[in-house]
Amino acid sequence: MVLKTLDLLGPLHGYGIARRIEQISGDLLAVNQGTLYPLLLKLEHEGAIASDWGTSENNRRARFYRLTRAGHQQLQTETRDWEQTAAIIARFFDVKGEDLS
Amino acid sequence: MRSLQRFFARLSNLAARGRADRRLREEMDEHLAQQTADNLRAGMSTAEAHRQAVLKFGAVEAIREEYLTELSLPFIWTLSQDLRYALRQLAASPGFASIVILTIALGIGATTAIYSVVDAVLLHPLPYPQPEQLVRIENDFPGIGARDVFLSVPEWKDFERSGIFQYVAPERSGSVNVTGSSQPTRIQFKSVAANYFALLDVKPELGRVFDPNDPAPGFNLEVVISDGLWKRDFGADPHILGKTLRLDNDPYHVVGVMPPDFHDQGRTTDIRNTEIWAACGFSSLPSPPPARGARRLRTAIARLKPGLTVAAAQSRLDVLVASLRRQFPADYPPESAWTVRLLSLGDTVIGNVRQPLLLLMGAVVMVLLITCVNVANLLLARASARGREMAIRQALGAPRLRLIRQLLTESLLLSLLGGIAGLAILFFTRKLLLQMIPAALPRLNDISINWTVLLFALGVSVLAGVFFGLAPALQASRQDPIHVLRQEGRGSKGSKSQTWTLSALVVTEFALSLVLLIAAGLLLHSFWDLFKVRLGFDPENVIAVKLWLPAPNDPNTDIYGTPSHQAQFVRELLRRGQSLPGVKEIAVGSSGSIPLNHDNNLFPLVLEGSTTRSNLPHQVEGSSVTPEYFQLLGIPLLRGRIFTETDVENAPTVALVNEAFARTWWPYDDPIGKRMKLGRAADSWTTVVGVVTNARTESLENANIPQIYLSSWQRTDKDLAIFLRGRLDPAKLPQQVRAVVQSLNNELPVFGAKRLPDVVSGSLEQRRFSMEMVLLFALTALLLAGIGVYGTISYIVSGRTRDIGIRIALGAQRKTILQMVLNQGLTLALAGAAVGLVGALIVSHLMAGLLYGVSPSDPLTFISLTAVLVIVALAACYIPARRAMRVDPIVALREA
Repeated sequence: MVLKTLDLLGPLHGYGIARRIEQISGDLLAVNQGTLYPLLLKLEHEGAIASDWGTSENNRRARFYRLTRAGHQQLQTETRDWEQTAAIIARFFDVKGEDLS
Repeated sequence: MRSLQRFFARLSNLAARGRADRRLREEMDEHLAQQTADNLRAGMSTAEAHRQAVLKFGAVEAIREEYLTELSLPFIWTLSQDLRYALRQLAASPGFASIVILTIALGIGATTAIYSVVDAVLLHPLPYPQPEQLVRIENDFPGIGARDVFLSVPEWKDFERSGIFQYVAPERSGSVNVTGSSQPTRIQFKSVAANYFALLDVKPELGRVFDPNDPAPGFNLEVVISDGLWKRDFGADPHILGKTLRLDNDPYHVVGVMPPDFHDQGRTTDIRNTEIWAACGFSSLPSPPPARGARRLRTAIARLKPGLTVAAAQSRLDVLVASLRRQFPADYPPESAWTVRLLSLGDTVIGNVRQPLLLLMGAVVMVLLITCVNVANLLLARASARGREMAIRQALGAPRLRLIRQLLTESLLLSLLGGIAGLAILFFTRKLLLQMIPAALPRLNDISINWTVLLFALGVSVLAGVFFGLAPALQASRQDPIHVLRQEGRGSKGSKSQTWTLSALVVTEFALSLVLLIAAGLLLHSFWDLFKVRLGFDPENVIAVKLWLPAPNDPNTDIYGTPSHQAQFVRELLRRGQSLPGVKEIAVGSSGSIPLNHDNNLFPLVLEGSTTRSNLPHQVEGSSVTPEYFQLLGIPLLRGRIFTETDVENAPTVALVNEAFARTWWPYDDPIGKRMKLGRAADSWTTVVGVVTNARTESLENANIPQIYLSSWQRTDKDLAIFLRGRLDPAKLPQQVRAVVQSLNNELPVFGAKRLPDVVSGSLEQRRFSMEMVLLFALTALLLAGIGVYGTISYIVSGRTRDIGIRIALGAQRKTILQMVLNQGLTLALAGAAVGLVGALIVSHLMAGLLYGVSPSDPLTFISLTAVLVIVALAACYIPARRAMRVDPIVALREA
């Protein structure tokens, strides 16, 4: 989700990412926002994202995260993986009793 | 692969974790600030805005911790945490820590010291490549009770051709007069086959060794010398190669110098210190080729073909021996049952030190175990003092495993520190310790603190740490926190299982120390018996000095070649020696007549009228002496006569025998006048003219070794000893004797002066060493066990103060309390003694070979030492028992 958000909106700071995810999921996803940061650091450590200092919309100094090339690739693989998984699950739900008989 | 990658990434994170942590915190603070700002904008109050932000964000610290765990290796992180905590704990109680570390240091230091000896002597007895291929070859004739008889040249050649060995090298050790330098010297010498160094696979430091294919039948007049001789006598002359040395008047030239770490192999220290090697074909051209029955080659060593085990080689050799027996029935009659044995060369070098060394190793391991038990006791007592801390940790949710781990980290830290301290002590005292080791120990020079020894010390430290840390750790973590916390501050804190563990440890300690005490007691008993043994000769005020008459390769140039010539020299020597200051008596004998010299001076023996074939003789210890020898050493004549001045070269050959000889060979007859042959069949008959009493001149342990004495006037033994009795000055005497000898012939070296009382005590040196060491270990063990029982009983008493207070308040007699506590100690001691007695019986039978004059289950030793142990236990219990007796019921009950 973090990668997709960054892919869609370009460089963003941590608070911004948290807000976006909140918005996109329509407040349905009620995770602790705090868990976002370890994830960001981890992704950065793995090289999927990179960070620079920048100035946020309300003039605060903040760290902006952006997607790297490796991050793009990872996003693509994970998107594919997810689509596959979703498709498989979906087929299970689509199956009707008479199809199997 | 992935997990390995992650491992390294995490390892590198260890360093970067501080930075990452800071980053995370900054980001989270930033997030909270923004959220709060947004909330404020939405119209919340400041406090409410912050509260809502935090709520939405979640538990900051938990997230952080989880992240850090994820980032690094929890194992190392916990370890470093535990280590830091353990160090703080030790620093907080330096007294406790130093006592524990010192105890462990002593245990591990002593164990490592003995191990370094075992490592050099038993585990690496041979400093040559592929030592497992090296064997010694021994000829046996079990049919006639002859073991390790000599080899003959044809047998040697047969073995070389057999395809079993890469090389076979006979060797003959002795010493040789080296002349040419300022003072003629006596050097340990070995004539070896030309392939000797190729067999051992060693390279010289200078020059070359002998050509293994050298066909020279006799000596090829080349010698290789040791580094020690090169440096001592030739000042490390770089142009030594090609120089001439005169050995027993024959010129040899030096072709090589062995490196300083090269030591010869052999059964005795003398042989291992050989300094000159000469190549020899063991046959010479003018003489006929050596016969199969002419056994002249004292010993032979060999290197097996690669891949052949000793057992496999032995079975192939057995086949060869069987076919040779069929081929030469005259030389190997069936009744002699000729066999050839292959012995691992390492084992023959180690010889009889294996058992004492293993005993020492066992003893020191027991001391180490006892130190571990003691430390465990200390830790247990401390663990109960820290019961509250553990209980709180547990109550706060620390898993049990985590507590055990923390306590084990502490004990491992202690044992490693102890190990390091032990090694440090060892390192600084090593010179002193090495001096304590008997000089006769093989490979003494190679004992060192090397990697194997360091690794051993590390391993022992870790094992010890786990061993003494496990019981207290388990104990501490097993407590029920609620119980402990509620109990805290009340009187009785010792739980039942804790007391039980303590008692079991003390019983172990007692058992181990009793085993050691009994072993030491038996050794002490043996040593004392040997020390007090009736020698059968009087060594007091006697000094023996050695002398060697040269034996040149050409008999015609030998000026001492006939008994008459030699007798003339010896008589003149006796006459001049008599006038030396302080000399009352003087005698001369062959070097075999020096008491307890541990040389084998075996003569082949054929008795008149016996059916034994002449080429397969019995062997008997013998020496040649002048008539004064018996008077001088105080060996009385029983029957017949001593040699006289008429027993000379052309008179009939005569001999004296000792009682043991007479009893062995002529149990029912009068030995006087009996005849026998010594040596080859061609020799003339020797007549027994007298019997002397048994003297323990061959072995202190055994008085009944048959011995024969020949007349010096009738022999040409080259190795002579001069015996002098009187008020002598041991410092000046060697010089005085040298002056006398060299006034007769200035090319004769005089060496090896020794006081006979020193020789006697020296032959006990190895025994004394193992006895003293085991005794030292046993006393240490006893002391530690005493401290252990003292600590345990004190602990139990302090735990029962309230209970004792109540008893006294209810009217118990103080004496009864004293008895009660002493009984507790006594029970432990008796339980320990029971286990220890069984252990001691097993151990004492294992070491039966080291005992003399005392049975391995000597009741006196067993009972008296058990009594000692019980007394020590009671004494150790007495102090806490008195404290228990003096408990003031009012104070005890109020405090509780």
